[in-house]
Amino acid sequence: MSETHTITVEKVLPYPPEKIWRTLTTSDLIATWLMPNDFVAEIGHRFNFRTRPMGTWDGVVDCEVLACEPPHLLRYSWKGGSDSDPEKGSRIDTTVTWTLTPVEGGTQLKMVHDGFVLPHDRFAYEAMSPGWSRIAERIGTVTAEPV
Amino acid sequence: MISAAQLTTVMKTLADPTRRAVFERIAREGEVAATGLVRGSRVSQPAVSQHLRALREAGLVTERRDGRQIHYRIAPKGLGPLIDWLGHYQAFWHERFDNLEKLLKETE
Repeated sequence: MSETHTITVEKVLPYPPEKIWRTLTTSDLIATWLMPNDFVAEIGHRFNFRTRPMGTWDGVVDCEVLACEPPHLLRYSWKGGSDSDPEKGSRIDTTVTWTLTPVEGGTQLKMVHDGFVLPHDRFAYEAMSPGWSRIAERIGTVTAEPV
Repeated sequence: MISAAQLTTVMKTLADPTRRAVFERIAREGEVAATGLVRGSRVSQPAVSQHLRALREAGLVTERRDGRQIHYRIAPKGLGPLIDWLGHYQAFWHERFDNLEKLLKETE
């Protein structure tokens, strides 16, 4: 009955997949656009993202490289938080997948952050005001406008 | 603004699959009596009572007493902390995507 929710961001970028792949998999570059890290593009490599705490999150993400097929597919686990210590934020066990698809004029870059467990939204949200269900729909999938 | 403790409570409460099933059933039926919940499930009465108590304490359901019966409904803003939190994550990725684009442009 319960579902996992997904955050999707998708964009066509005017660069070849190789160039984008470098940005997604080079530790120094990742630090510039995402977060400080000790990433290595190797299946099974465990690494952390570390940044200043934000809101309900202590700023540390535990990851492991799950898939690495240059320059097309990169997937890592994204875990964080703590059940016993609410100060560290809520426990999550999710996966981030990057896919790069060559298209005319560049590359379609897609990020899927999957595994947010929520109660079944159709029933749960219908019971609430229309405002809540609208928000819930937006959460399902968000697609950025192409450039 | 949601507190970390509030969000953790909601997540922990709904992490139990049986409890989540109870919550979803209440959501589906609109309002349901505790006795009705026990009748329609394979879960024992004490277990259902315990789940209902946990859901109520997490602000996920509200109760209405009618004589000896207690009826349960979904609390309208019970899932609010979860929804806010997902919204934060969404904003986070949009911002990072913009950063990524900027970086790609700079290294042209």
